[in-house]
Amino acid sequence: MSARSAADRDWDSHPPLLWPDYKSTALRAPQQPLVKIARGLSELTGPAYGGPPLTELDRDLTRNGRRNGEPLGERIIVTGRVLDETGAPVPNTLVEIWQANAAGRYVHVADQHDAPLDPNFVGAGRCLTDADGVYRFLTVKPGAYSWRNHPNAWRPNHIHFSLLGPAIASRLVTQMYFPGDPLLAFDPIFLGVPVAARERLIARFSLEATQPEYALGFLFDIVLRGAQGTLMETLFES
Amino acid sequence: MSPSQESSQTPSQTIGPFFAYGLTARQYAYPGAQVTDAIVADETVPGPRIRIEGRVLDGAGIAVPDALVEIWQAGPDGRYAADARGNSGFSGFGRQGTGTDPECRFSFVTVKPGSVGAEHAPHVNVIVFMRGLLSHLYTRLYFDDEASANARDLVLALVPADRRHTLLARREPVAGETVYRFDIRLQGPEETVFFDV
Repeated sequence: MSARSAADRDWDSHPPLLWPDYKSTALRAPQQPLVKIARGLSELTGPAYGGPPLTELDRDLTRNGRRNGEPLGERIIVTGRVLDETGAPVPNTLVEIWQANAAGRYVHVADQHDAPLDPNFVGAGRCLTDADGVYRFLTVKPGAYSWRNHPNAWRPNHIHFSLLGPAIASRLVTQMYFPGDPLLAFDPIFLGVPVAARERLIARFSLEATQPEYALGFLFDIVLRGAQGTLMETLFES
Repeated sequence: MSPSQESSQTPSQTIGPFFAYGLTARQYAYPGAQVTDAIVADETVPGPRIRIEGRVLDGAGIAVPDALVEIWQAGPDGRYAADARGNSGFSGFGRQGTGTDPECRFSFVTVKPGSVGAEHAPHVNVIVFMRGLLSHLYTRLYFDDEASANARDLVLALVPADRRHTLLARREPVAGETVYRFDIRLQGPEETVFFDV
C-alpha cells in the first residue's frame, strides 16, 4: 500500500455547493462551512480496482448492451489521459462512465423523458488507465434530453465519468461535454463551474483519434488532485 | 489548451439521478458488474462484525432516494487494504445507492475499524454524491461507544464541540447483530459536519 499527497481541493475549479439556478441544490447543499482538516492516512489512501480483469467488452458500449443488433446512433471513440496536477500520468485507476442513448434516454427506470429506449444499448462502461494514464471507450454519441429544472430546460449532450484516483482525496465524479454544443450556454449544471474552468469539461474533436470508416474521435484529458508518488513514510515523518 | 490549464483540476459535476446502472448495477439489478457493494468485509475477516445503517436527509427532512454513499475504512488492525477486493475478504471500500431500500437506507456489512494511530479514534470515511450536489461531500463516521478515543481524536478536535455529535454513529440494540446508525443531514440545526479534505 502506498499513500499519496494531494493538493487542496481547488474551489476556483469546482462548482459551489449552493447554485440557485440548479434547483436541486436548494435543499441538498450544506449550509454550514466545510471544516478544513489536514489530510492524513485516511484521506491519502484509497481503493484500487481489485476485481476480475476488465475486458474489451467492458469499455465498448457499442457491444456490451447488444441483444439482437447494433445500437443506433453516431459511433464515437472517447479517449484521453488521466493526469495529476504536475502533469504526471495516473496509471491503473478505474474509470467508469454512463450516459443516455443516441435519442437522449437513459435505461434508468426513473427516466421519464419521452424518447425511445434502444434494446441494444445500456450505456455503461469501465476500464483501467494504462501505464501512461490513457483510457479509451467506444460508444455512441448521447442525445440531449429535457429535464424539469426550469421551463424548456435541456441538458447538453454529455457522458458521466467517475474516477477512483490514487486516494479518496482525489476521487472525482464529473461530466464530459461536446464542442460547439449550443445547449452549454443554458445549462445550469455546466454553468455552475467557474468560468475559467469550464472549458476543461469540453472534449476536443480529434482527427487522429478518429478511425476511418468507423467512428469519430474525441479527446478528454482529466486532471485529478495532487501529485503521484509521495510515499507513506512522509506521513509518518510529519 | 495551455500547459497551465492542463495541470489544473478537472471540475466536479453532479452524479445526477441516473448513476445506478453505471456505478451500482448489481444492487439495482441492471446488467453489468460493480466494483464494490455493501459487503466491505466478508465472513472470513476476523474482528468485531458490525452493520452500518443510515439515511441521507435533505433540508426538508426527507430521505434522499437517489444518493450514492461510499465508505473507506481501515480494518480492525488499523490498516487500510491495498485493493478494493483483495484476497483477504476485506476491501475496506463500500458503495451503495439509497434507491433500493423502501426507507432509502444505505447499509454496509463490515468489521469495526481499529485506530490508525494514537491520536485517531476508529472511524469510517464517508463520501456522499447525489443529484443537487455539484461537488461531492466528505464526512466521517465515529462510534458513540468510543468516548475516550474520540476525546483524543485530532480531527474531531477541529470540529466545533456543539457539532461533534453529528459525526457519532449510535449503537442500536438489534438482536443478533451489532448495528450502528448514522444519518447524514444535509441541512438544518443538526446538519452533519462535512470536511474540506
